[in-house]
Amino acid sequence: MPFARPTKPKLAVWKFASCDGCQLSLLDCEDELLAVCEHITIANFPEASRARVDGPYDLSLVEGSITTPHDAERIHRIRRASKYLVSIGACATGGGIQALRNFQDVQEFVSVVYARPEYIQTLAKSTPIADHVYVDFELRGCPISKPQLLELVNSFLNKRPPNLPNRNVCAECKLRGNTCVMVAEGKPCLGPVTQGGCDAICPSFRRGCYGCFGPGEAPNIAALSARMSEHLGVDTSDLVRVYRTYNSAADPFRKESERHES
Amino acid sequence: MRPDQQGEAIFLLPDEKLAELLSAIKERGYQLIAPILRDAALCFSEIDGASELPQGLRDAQSPGSYRIKQTASPERFAHASGPTSLKRFLYPPRLKLWQTQRKANAMVFEEPADPPPRYAFIGPRPCDLQAVAIQDRVFLRSAHPDNDYRRRRENALFVAVNCLHPSESCFCSSMNSGPSAKSGFDILLTEQIESEELYYLVQTGTDEGLEILNTLKLKPAADSKKRKAATELKQATKKIERKLDPTGIGPALKERLDSPAWDELENRCLACGNCTLACPTCFCSTVEDHTDLAGEIATRDRVWDSCFQQSFSYVAGGPVRSTIKGRYRQWLTHKLSSWSDQFGTLGCVGCGRCITWCPVGIDLVAEANAICTERQSQNPTKTTIGVSP
Ligand code: SF4
Ligand code: SF4
Ligand code: SF4
Ligand code: SF4
Repeated sequence: MPFARPTKPKLAVWKFASCDGCQLSLLDCEDELLAVCEHITIANFPEASRARVDGPYDLSLVEGSITTPHDAERIHRIRRASKYLVSIGACATGGGIQALRNFQDVQEFVSVVYARPEYIQTLAKSTPIADHVYVDFELRGCPISKPQLLELVNSFLNKRPPNLPNRNVCAECKLRGNTCVMVAEGKPCLGPVTQGGCDAICPSFRRGCYGCFGPGEAPNIAALSARMSEHLGVDTSDLVRVYRTYNSAADPFRKESERHES
Repeated sequence: MRPDQQGEAIFLLPDEKLAELLSAIKERGYQLIAPILRDAALCFSEIDGASELPQGLRDAQSPGSYRIKQTASPERFAHASGPTSLKRFLYPPRLKLWQTQRKANAMVFEEPADPPPRYAFIGPRPCDLQAVAIQDRVFLRSAHPDNDYRRRRENALFVAVNCLHPSESCFCSSMNSGPSAKSGFDILLTEQIESEELYYLVQTGTDEGLEILNTLKLKPAADSKKRKAATELKQATKKIERKLDPTGIGPALKERLDSPAWDELENRCLACGNCTLACPTCFCSTVEDHTDLAGEIATRDRVWDSCFQQSFSYVAGGPVRSTIKGRYRQWLTHKLSSWSDQFGTLGCVGCGRCITWCPVGIDLVAEANAICTERQSQNPTKTTIGVSP
């Protein structure tokens, strides 16, 4: 007997300050997308279709960070219209590249860049969705991983917890059978302090991890910085920058980069 | 068995005949697995034949560092253990355990039916063999033997190589597991080079090993060659400077579970888990359940896990070992102390992998010795086994 689901749940995709890459991961599911659509109604997904179904929504995927007063208000409306809200990608979970502004004076940028600064309304900081509303789950990554997105939707449909273990990148690296690039090639790697989910893609191509899935659980970042500066020739100004890429508004990365600022 | 032991059949295998040996093994239906250069390290990988075995590669290992150097020597095994161990093949990192499907009003369970692979390991070291013996105790000598491990293990052939070039991380001589193999092999090679001529002294440990060797029609090795190999193996033992007391360490650690000496690890260890995953005896795993979209099929996979992940000790309310020093202490005391309460031996064979492949170069031997000796002055008050800080 087929497993009957009473009604098709409604999925909505929302965009804040971001590049659209994470939403595109959903379209990128090509082979699986039709199967997903059999089980779920895509109710709001401007990247894919102008057709819209009104809320409330069973599952909202939120991409992007909060950078304007308008967005800070809009995210609350979306939360109210959503049963489950999942933030997707480094912007939504760790502030994104645009969180580099958090370390500078945005008003100064605005006055230099725009001819009519008075038309620009922007917040001093780019912040993750979870700083504003309750988030049921986070999918990390820049961009998110397609298998993780499918697992999330799958678990939601089957009413089970998503099987997305929060092991670090090193664990995935060892599972894959990679040779450690830090040990064998002396390349700095953020794998030990970074949340997995990417299947250690960078070390698999002989590059150090850039930390795009954000800080792992209770990471000991200071010990990694010490190794990088004492043994791998990374100087202090680079230690500031290495943690300021896609997730610089994530607390452990922000604090560690600030610690090296003189 | 050592080449210097009297009355034992030791044969001479010229390097030109190594290819014949490997073909003979392959013809018996084995997949050849040997250390070859992959991603800047010597990793156990599948090969087609002897021509793929690298020549002249040397390794330099130390805490947190591994480098390969090409030399002009024709030697094929003049290096120590690389990052991978046989664990990857006998106890794979990911394994589908079963799947279940809804049918009518029932759930039908199926185990994967694929025949287990037949591996012939070419070039595992004496410590690797000892690690397999330890995993045998864990997986086979239990009320619930691991069926997949058993099938892979029963099918495997071991063509081991004695170690003449231990690395700086090795301490097999302390753990009584090397640099010469005593058991656990079907065939044992000692690689030798004499006036630019490369050859191997060959011994057998099982009937199958002897059967394979008999097809090659090898000559017995001359006494002078046996003496040369025995001398070099003795020199190899002397080269190993890293020392651990395998009988004293277990009880000593148990007395220092509350020692403040562990505190320092809180700052230095990344809790990245690389040591446990590189270790050839660590056996921890978790299970992951998946479903298909329609909810008709569910599968359960077994995946390697590590006691350094917080989720490993997660119970209602949080992880039992929330501190890094608590997790480091779990690893160190399991390997060198409580393992013997569980399985009758230590969980360490002295291969040095955890030392070399720790990204911040934390040295298990140095830590264990320091906790038990130099830091002894900071006397522990009482022991609280099983309770983490
Ligand atoms: S390469 Fe990076 S991710 Fe892989 S084990 Fe080494 S430190 Fe960890
Ligand atoms: S604890 Fe370290 S040295 Fe001992 S067997 Fe494991 S990896 Fe090798
Ligand atoms: S040291 Fe940790 S990972 Fe290794 S067997 Fe023991 S508990 Fe498992
Ligand atoms: S001892 Fe080294 S390899 Fe092991 S968890 Fe700590 S930092 Fe990682």
